[in-house]
Amino acid sequence: MTGDAAIEAIDVARTYALDGVGVPALRGVTLTVAHGEYTAVVGPSGSGKSTLMHLLGGLDQPTSGRLRIGGRDVAGLTPAEMAHLRNATIGFVFQSFHLLSRTSALDNVALPLVYRGLSARERRERAARMLERVGLSHRIGHRPNQLSGGEQQRVAIARALVTEPAVLLADEPTGNLDQATGLAVLELLEQLNTAEGVAVMLVTHDREVAARARRQITMRDGRIVSDTGSVSTGSAGDGDAEVRA
Amino acid sequence: MRLAEAWRVALDALRANRLRSGLTMLGMVIGVGAVVILVALGTGTKNEVQAQVEGLGSNLLLVVPGQVSLNAAPAVSRLDQSDLDAVIRIAGDRDRVAVSLTSGENVRAGKEQVFTSLLGVLETTPKVFLRDVRAGAYLTRTDVETGRRVAVLGSSVARTLFGERDPIGQQVTIAGVRFRVIGVFAPLGQSLGVDRDNEVHVPLTTAQRLLATKRVDAFAVKAPDAETIDRLGRDIVAELHRRHPDEEFSAVTQEQILGVLGDILGVLTAVLAAIAGISLLVGGVGVSNIMLVSVRERTREIGLRMALGARPRDIGLQFLLEAVLLTTIGGLLGIAFGVGASLATAALSPVPAALTWWSIALAFGVSCAVGIVFGVVPAQRAGRLDPVVALRSE
Repeated sequence: MTGDAAIEAIDVARTYALDGVGVPALRGVTLTVAHGEYTAVVGPSGSGKSTLMHLLGGLDQPTSGRLRIGGRDVAGLTPAEMAHLRNATIGFVFQSFHLLSRTSALDNVALPLVYRGLSARERRERAARMLERVGLSHRIGHRPNQLSGGEQQRVAIARALVTEPAVLLADEPTGNLDQATGLAVLELLEQLNTAEGVAVMLVTHDREVAARARRQITMRDGRIVSDTGSVSTGSAGDGDAEVRA
Repeated sequence: MRLAEAWRVALDALRANRLRSGLTMLGMVIGVGAVVILVALGTGTKNEVQAQVEGLGSNLLLVVPGQVSLNAAPAVSRLDQSDLDAVIRIAGDRDRVAVSLTSGENVRAGKEQVFTSLLGVLETTPKVFLRDVRAGAYLTRTDVETGRRVAVLGSSVARTLFGERDPIGQQVTIAGVRFRVIGVFAPLGQSLGVDRDNEVHVPLTTAQRLLATKRVDAFAVKAPDAETIDRLGRDIVAELHRRHPDEEFSAVTQEQILGVLGDILGVLTAVLAAIAGISLLVGGVGVSNIMLVSVRERTREIGLRMALGARPRDIGLQFLLEAVLLTTIGGLLGIAFGVGASLATAALSPVPAALTWWSIALAFGVSCAVGIVFGVVPAQRAGRLDPVVALRSE
């Protein structure tokens, strides 16, 4: 990895082709995600938040601009190389949890390790440890439908962190939870951010949720309109990522 | 992803949809079962026919008017006693020549009656063909030369007319003429649904008088050894053709008969195999269809797995293995079903069925191949999904 940046985006744009017409979703975003950061991305629907998350998470490739994930330029990477990069660097948490319904909490958490080629025993050991970290040791054998929403999201967080990624990307992680449960999940994320040193970036509509983050990025019309700044400096050289509030 | 892991995931996916997996497999079960059964029936029939033709005796030459081929009708014979003498002269020994004049006749004894093949023959028949007399004796040369009204019954004729009673010395009436039973053949059994024991042998001369004819229908000549058989056949055909210039004659060996029968059975087996092949094809299309449905249903799962680090080939492999698992489990069940049905057929019915290892191996191989061929397209489709689109799908 180069320097302190877990993810580095320089003038990144993404345009979707709809019926032959190019629809810009992201119009040139420069952004650095430093290790150990805690960032919230806010903005109205259609502002490009999700597109940004997909790009930063290595699920998609930018139409133009430079994007480095875990120190690696994604330009020209094959889908298989992108998959490897995601597995090594990124953990995902989704609004709707995205757990495999017929699979136990333990095996759900162990799933990303399957694609690392680890032995079943090692996968289970690491998954069990991670479930313990999120406070679900007593739910190891439960299936998602036997768990509450908050528990399901905690399983998903354990799954995102079992690979020890540099960055955890959370798309509306509290969107499907009631306020108290949502708060508990946020506290867990904050605690893991501090304890494990994993950079957390979450997308949210909720101003209160965003307000808990040390760094807040506001998006509109495919652009960053405000960024309260990062602790560390990125190599982008843009003024908007220099100062921490 | 490790292969063992991929197998486990594929098996889990099949278990999640038991009914659907079962119904999809059923197509393969039927297709593979049909292949195994039909090959067993074809092989069994071929073995049986071969055993029967070989069981006639060795180094046999059958001489008939007309041509022997799949698409030629049997010709009407113009051969007679003088031709027989000529053939005996060429063969060099009366004991090497058998002859037949065949007619369908009613045979009656008391109140019992049976329709049977009446064969006018020489006393040499058991010396040319392998034919055992179970009780009494066969015809003698004197019987033939003096035209005696004596008969040797096939075992099923004897059973129908006399039941458990001893037929030797009893009277039977053939076409209104009384004959004395002097012998009964050992049973031969059935062949291709025909009762080979439903025949009666009488002296050729007696049969000719009974049927008011001078003709004979066919000769059988036993060659001294396998080397001379072809030359003997050519000599006999040439002599007969000299005697009847405007007629054709054929001399066929057992090998040639087996060849013709093999052709018939080959065509039959090919047609049946094609039908079985069609059902395998239909089964394969069903697998393809279900796999496409499965990919569509699990698009979100595919998106998730990709987000967590599954490569396109990991996803493709998962679905390909699922298809292969469907067809091979179906194939194994089909083999079990086919083997069971073949064994039951062979044990419980007169229809012959012989299992062959190669047909079972072939059926298994084809099952795997069908899974791969019909699983590739759905697997590729799954592997090529865009993770962003897949994650969003409902």
